[in-house]
Amino acid sequence: MMTSFRFTGSCARFFMSLSVAGRIGLMMSVFWIVIAVFGPWLAPYGATEFTDGPILGPLSAAYPMGTDFLGRDLLSRVLLGARFSIGLALVAALMASTMGTLLALLSTVVGGWLDEGLSRVMDSILILPSKILALLMVAIYGSSLPVLVLTAAVTYTPGAFRIARSQALGLNEMEYVMVSRLNGEGNLYVAVRDILPNMIHPMMADFGLRFVYIVLMLSGLSFLGLGVQPPNADWGSLVRENLSGLSVGAPAVLMPAVAIATLTIGVTLFIDSLAARKR
Amino acid sequence: MFKGTIDGIANQQVDMNGLILRMIFQRVGVGLLTLFIVCALVFFMSSLLPGDAAQMALGQAATPETVAALRLQLGLDQPAILRFFSWLWNFMTGNFGVSYASGLPVADIVAPRIPNSLMLAAAATAVSVPIALILGIVAAMHRGSRLDRTIGVGTMSVVAVPEFLVATLAVLIFAVKLRWMSALSLGGDMSSISGFFKAYGLPVLTLCCVVVAQMARMTRAALINQLDSAYVEMGVLKGLKPTRIVLRHALPNAIGPIVNAMALSLSYLLGGVIIVETIFSYPGLASTLVDAVSNRDLPVVQFCVLFFSACYLLLLLIADIFTIVFNPKLR
Repeated sequence: MMTSFRFTGSCARFFMSLSVAGRIGLMMSVFWIVIAVFGPWLAPYGATEFTDGPILGPLSAAYPMGTDFLGRDLLSRVLLGARFSIGLALVAALMASTMGTLLALLSTVVGGWLDEGLSRVMDSILILPSKILALLMVAIYGSSLPVLVLTAAVTYTPGAFRIARSQALGLNEMEYVMVSRLNGEGNLYVAVRDILPNMIHPMMADFGLRFVYIVLMLSGLSFLGLGVQPPNADWGSLVRENLSGLSVGAPAVLMPAVAIATLTIGVTLFIDSLAARKR
Repeated sequence: MFKGTIDGIANQQVDMNGLILRMIFQRVGVGLLTLFIVCALVFFMSSLLPGDAAQMALGQAATPETVAALRLQLGLDQPAILRFFSWLWNFMTGNFGVSYASGLPVADIVAPRIPNSLMLAAAATAVSVPIALILGIVAAMHRGSRLDRTIGVGTMSVVAVPEFLVATLAVLIFAVKLRWMSALSLGGDMSSISGFFKAYGLPVLTLCCVVVAQMARMTRAALINQLDSAYVEMGVLKGLKPTRIVLRHALPNAIGPIVNAMALSLSYLLGGVIIVETIFSYPGLASTLVDAVSNRDLPVVQFCVLFFSACYLLLLLIADIFTIVFNPKLR
């Protein structure tokens, strides 16, 4: 009981330490994560369930976000699409950040040719603009869900690597690390016990930004018809399939795009305010 | 003695010019090396393909014998490294291969589309650079004010929003509700000025939103960097007007970083152009790339990817060169 109190207390203190924009951002992010988890139970209709609603219909009490190009309830499709938009990006961002951090740790601690080689490879991947690299990978390997996640992870690992490496290099020069080494500690101990704990915070902020980039990239791919394939649909594919409603001003085109925007803006505002946090 | 000093300064000047030239040549060299690595990356990624080019070109229905014959004809029995260099040589001599989907030479498919894409990019650049400059300078001059925060949150939100949201909003507002422009960029006659605006208005507007936001943020950062320096404080203490300090004193010194920022943010055009050309069905290179990706037409994809990467590298190179040329320490 005490511990749960303390946990809520520190959560509240953390929340209050953010700027107003940061608080709004955090609430928007948490909202969408809750939707991604509980979406299927909240959705009034099934994902592919046909209703007797109009085609590309307006907002109404029965269909709060309007209906799509086949007359399906858009709210349900957005709620169910959250899993794809957020889930895939979350997995890919986790992979990219973890890979980037671990490889950076390895290359800093070992140094020498390994560091040189890894940095060269990462730099040359970084040179390809991210959307172009993603398109190339989809062209070569097709676009199934695992390929999409891997593509996003590969595309955004070098950026995480670069940031983690500059962090790790700085920490590696610190005196306490030298003390550890003089004590005869091995590479593994130095990497895991000395360097890693001090990198976690900056890498978490970087993880948030990487998540935003990946959401944007995956929804962009889906919008081009090269991402999540039917019958599954993320928010990018929802915009694409309802694009015919644009000329009549149907809400079905706009709503999924607004969902993406509120998610990405929310996370960005939150991450942005972390840097300027008052303690 | 006096003459000697002048000679010395002149010599130093020549030395400095030589140094700048050498640094620029070095950057060009690094750029070419990177382009080579990108070529290698593109080639070896595509040759890791399950199945190979011969199978892809002939389709699933081909007999093993015809596939084997085509493999021999395409030289696929050669080691990968040899194939890479002959592919690279073909590329450099303008032989980009044949499209799997249409059987036409890649050069014929992309040639009419490149000018269209460059035109779109040029129009977007011409509109967005002045707007971004003004926004960035105004935000930097009023740092910390409500105006600055509004511009900051606004530009950040645009950067964080998918390009297709900007595009669909623009179509909804200007084409559907106000009926000022057409939603498709094909069709209308381009001879009159109004026709030109109708055709290019929406794509350019969308691209501008994406680029301006990035550019304004970077311009603001570059200028604020200058405003923090001692000579600006001196100007303030002398009682100069803020406008004069920024426009006469800080801005000339920030030109290098600002041009650098402009060139870097123009690389966002690459990402934007892919979405914009698709949504407005604009006949440019990026929509060719998207079609080729969905057809898995590798030769076309390879060309487009290398073309866009080369453009990106060129922008980075320009940014680098401007940083060198405008660096007062090298003058």
